[in-house]
Amino acid sequence: MLCDDLRCIYHIAAKDMRTYYLKPPAISWGMVFPVAWTLAFYLRNPSNFNDLVPGLIAMTILFSTTAAEAVVINFELRLGSIERLLLAPVSTNSVLLGKVLGGFLFGLLMTSMVTLGTALSLGLRPDLLSLIPVGLISLLVFSSMGALFSVVFKEVFEAQTFLNLPRFLMVFLCGVVYPISAMPEGLQRISQLLPLTYTVKGLHGAFSASPTSPLQDVIVLSVFLFLFVFPAMKLLRKRFE
Amino acid sequence: MNAIEVHGLTKRFGSFTAVDHVSFEVKEGEIFGILGPNGSGKTTTIRMLVGLSRPTEGKASILGFDLASGIIEAKRKIGVVPDSSNLYDELSAKDNLLFMAKLYGLPKKVREKRAEDLLEIFGLYERRDDKFGTFSRGMKRALTIATALIHDPKILFLDEPTVGLDVVAARNLRTLISDLHQKGLTIILTTHYLEEADLLCDRIAILVKGKFVRTDTSMGLKSLAEEQSVIEIAFRKEMSDLVGDLSARLPQTDIVLLDNSLVKIYGGDSSQVLKGAFEFANDHNLGLESINSIKPSLEDAFIKITGLSPLVMAKEKGGR
Repeated sequence: MLCDDLRCIYHIAAKDMRTYYLKPPAISWGMVFPVAWTLAFYLRNPSNFNDLVPGLIAMTILFSTTAAEAVVINFELRLGSIERLLLAPVSTNSVLLGKVLGGFLFGLLMTSMVTLGTALSLGLRPDLLSLIPVGLISLLVFSSMGALFSVVFKEVFEAQTFLNLPRFLMVFLCGVVYPISAMPEGLQRISQLLPLTYTVKGLHGAFSASPTSPLQDVIVLSVFLFLFVFPAMKLLRKRFE
Repeated sequence: MNAIEVHGLTKRFGSFTAVDHVSFEVKEGEIFGILGPNGSGKTTTIRMLVGLSRPTEGKASILGFDLASGIIEAKRKIGVVPDSSNLYDELSAKDNLLFMAKLYGLPKKVREKRAEDLLEIFGLYERRDDKFGTFSRGMKRALTIATALIHDPKILFLDEPTVGLDVVAARNLRTLISDLHQKGLTIILTTHYLEEADLLCDRIAILVKGKFVRTDTSMGLKSLAEEQSVIEIAFRKEMSDLVGDLSARLPQTDIVLLDNSLVKIYGGDSSQVLKGAFEFANDHNLGLESINSIKPSLEDAFIKITGLSPLVMAKEKGGR
């Protein structure tokens, strides 16, 4: 049974990569947007580009995973294609995990390209023992967040619109645009409630001259993963009750 | 042996009961039709049986697998053709088949061969590399059925298989369904086309407002209508506003308006019906086009059993 579920999760993710992710809209949202954003900061202050790299990677993780994830499930629910998947010997939870894995794999591809590109061109040597766990758990967290928004809202445009709210809130409050320590206390507290804050913190640790342990960030991000993925599973199951 | 056993299956959406304590059995190798107008609960019944919706009450088993506890096992044995062709537009015909085959865990060689065989059988081999989104409705329907057969199921569920198809495509599809039946496949088919149920099904269950009102063979259902005379009268002029008057002239009959100038009259004494109809045509200066005494059809049986006008069904066909 577990084997069947794992097989289905993989094939659903592979199919989604092919039909949704490796397409211009997803690629532009997933890669072009963070690069353009970072370029704007670079042009403003070219000497500090190395400091922008963790932020660039964090935003690539956020936007690449949620680029299509936030609409894929919703879109397939409307077309009835999710039902097509559920006609196979697979549980609703596995279908959702397959969708999350699709966003994860696409995010991994985009993030790997951005990370390798910047690290090689700038001669950076991040601590891989910090970078990899923080990167992987973050990809899962934001892919699950996209999936949750996709099942919460009935319309595709609603999911995209409402996802922009936390997405841009996170971009502004995660410490990339403005240091968290320099924010008013209220905003500092809000930033502690946002998963991207821990991604940026973990990535800064990985790229710093004296790397710090990512354990705390990984634990907090794991909690966010559960907070996103379980309600998403429950809501999807509810659609088929 | 029964392929499917259903006991008291019920589905409620809030206070609305879509399917109300439905019970039936389907024997191995038979085509079992569920006939009813749109909104009668056909699709809801099928959705519960294939695991897409949880019953509020009742239980069912498919090839011995209980629906509540063994749905995943049951899914390995069934193929489902939903009422809409919901394959992936972006994938080719062959890739759609292969994708579903992968979900069922078919080994690579088996799925490749099975996909090619099905493309041949369904006449889609030449278009195997074309995207599903470019197909005509009939081709989409054919590929959707092919996809439901990719894992060689024992039971095939067909929900309104010919809806939206043109006459030729619908006829081809019915031939295909008959062929699958000949090969021993058990088929559950929902339809609101009376002629489709009559043509294809070994047994037919008539579903009205979520309840099975009668289950029998097509012959058995027709015999219920044989006890009464059925006369079809075509007038030369429109008379839809005058049905009340005609009804008043012909006591102990049921009159169904089939067209603005065409009626079917059920029951009553034939000679009295004819006499009354002549007088009616004369009094209203309608003229008579034709009068036929006809053998009861499934439509007649349906009317007698349900009390519904076949126009309700015809309207939902989109004029086909």
